[in-house]
Amino acid sequence: MLGEGILKGMAETAKNFVGSFFSAERLTTVQYPEQRIAPYEAARVFPFLVYDSRNSADPADWEAGMRCVACQICEKECPPKCIYIDKSKDKKPDAIGKQQFYPSRFDIDISVCMSCQICVEVCPFEAIKMDTAYELSTTDRFGGLLLDRRQLAKSNEYYHRIHPTEAAEVDDRLSEGRAKTDAKVTPAPVKGTEAPATAKTQPKLAADNAVEDAAITAAAASKAAETATGAGN
Amino acid sequence: MRDSQTNSSAVAEKPEGWNRPALIKPSGDGELLEVAMGPHHPSTHGVFRMDLALDGERVIRLRPVFGYLHRNHEKIAEGVSYLASMPYTDRLDYICPITNNWAYALAVEKLTGQEVPERAEYLRVILGELTRFQNHASSIGFLIQEMGASGTPLMYAFREREKILDLFEKLTGARMMVNYMRFGGCRVDASPAWLDATRKVVAGLPEFVNEFDRLLGSNEILMARTQGVGVLKADLAVNAGVTGPMLRGSGVNYDIRKVDGYGIYNRFNFRVPLGDHGDVYDRFIVRMLEMRESITILEQALKDIPRGPVMDPKAKLRGFRPKPGEAYGRIEGPKGELGFYLISDGGPNPYRYRIRPPSLINLTVLEDMCLGHDVADVVLIFGSVDIVLGEVDR
Repeated sequence: MLGEGILKGMAETAKNFVGSFFSAERLTTVQYPEQRIAPYEAARVFPFLVYDSRNSADPADWEAGMRCVACQICEKECPPKCIYIDKSKDKKPDAIGKQQFYPSRFDIDISVCMSCQICVEVCPFEAIKMDTAYELSTTDRFGGLLLDRRQLAKSNEYYHRIHPTEAAEVDDRLSEGRAKTDAKVTPAPVKGTEAPATAKTQPKLAADNAVEDAAITAAAASKAAETATGAGN
Repeated sequence: MRDSQTNSSAVAEKPEGWNRPALIKPSGDGELLEVAMGPHHPSTHGVFRMDLALDGERVIRLRPVFGYLHRNHEKIAEGVSYLASMPYTDRLDYICPITNNWAYALAVEKLTGQEVPERAEYLRVILGELTRFQNHASSIGFLIQEMGASGTPLMYAFREREKILDLFEKLTGARMMVNYMRFGGCRVDASPAWLDATRKVVAGLPEFVNEFDRLLGSNEILMARTQGVGVLKADLAVNAGVTGPMLRGSGVNYDIRKVDGYGIYNRFNFRVPLGDHGDVYDRFIVRMLEMRESITILEQALKDIPRGPVMDPKAKLRGFRPKPGEAYGRIEGPKGELGFYLISDGGPNPYRYRIRPPSLINLTVLEDMCLGHDVADVVLIFGSVDIVLGEVDR
């Protein structure tokens, strides 16, 4: 009969119409912004810089605890080139206790960033991670979207809160690195400074990346190799 | 001097190829009406223009104009490392980013001779088939919407697509811009919880296809509008290099999953649906059947997925330099053969990077399919080609 198919289709829409009122799995709309759905753990929006609370007097001292050592790998690998880093002149201890440079400027232009998280994957120091904050609108579209290192710095606790599983793995790897550094620091006066170790790893890294310099230490190099093989993911 | 000026203005008005004799004859002596459909036309899936010459309602000539969404992807890729192009491939055919990732990863793996661990291959198949499913579902939804069913089938398709995109987000962190595959494997491993969630979603997919079938399969209006419309003959399809559901809708048995058996597709049991007449209806039916075949592949892959690493331990993320040479990696994307052609000169970035986009090449036969049909059918035929302008213009 002509029109039978149309009637069959309309029966289907009628079923769906009723279902959209009563079937629990179809009532998916939430009243944003009063109600919110928590983002998935793997969710990623824009990068941020992790700092540890290393200053016991002031746990929120982001500048002292910054993990970034200004190696500039992320700046080089960033596909849309939205990261701008200036390296410091002096050094201070990093997350695993080595003397390292730190970024005197670390800006990310989030109006250019495309959330690909390649900076996170290539970072050998676990310093840059993906945030899940998404309400970032501002009235200043140039300055307001160019985040500096103060705005980018977020505590390790915050990182644990948004990506618990990933952060726990990162902490394990860092404490391993710290144990290695401590073991090396004790015989250090006998062997001399860390300069020979740096020299040893330098040629290998230079083949990979001309930007890297003496700031990259033996511990970091082993971490970089780990990241490269994917074990770090 | 004045002559040359008039000539040049004439050229600007009538673009190249426009003045060639019409492929079909106008009925009367009246003037043809020239219509520019697009670039901001709701049926064009983006920014695409069709310059039509109409005799009454009949299409006498059709000239596709594209390039509005050109983003210089290929040239950018020649200036950056191999890894840095991966997130850009998400943005080619933004409906199915996973398959774009896959084709590019396949090309680089061929270039460098990397192996992919078994679990990663399974994950690629699972995600690739989910992508194919949601692409076909939404492409049918769009096709029906262009027929005038404003939204209902499309929203049903999007309801299903949402479940699949949720799975993508849980695994990769993003709904569409997944940036998931790496050379020699996949970026993150799937947790058992994710696989269970996927099994649950896949178990609900057959019911969705059945529902779609009840909703549309015997609809008289759909049949009247699509049967015999936009016929693409098999020999023309082959000569024009058309691939994917378009080619199979014309009855040519060519599926790169079967022909190449790339990845681990030769392990799975699935059929290749073929059309008979090559009209819009056949392409619609082929997509419906391909969704069912995708479900069978998904079921097999989710049953057999082994444990193990998802990245080749020897694979390097950055700073690698493939030996000088060339490689062409191609996969059966949801829209057709998607290929990446790479030439390496031994440097850290490709010397030449070229994409074979199925959308663009399937679009080349648009005029042949549209001639003699009404304007309203042009919209329909265009929808049945299933293109994404991000891929056409790159």
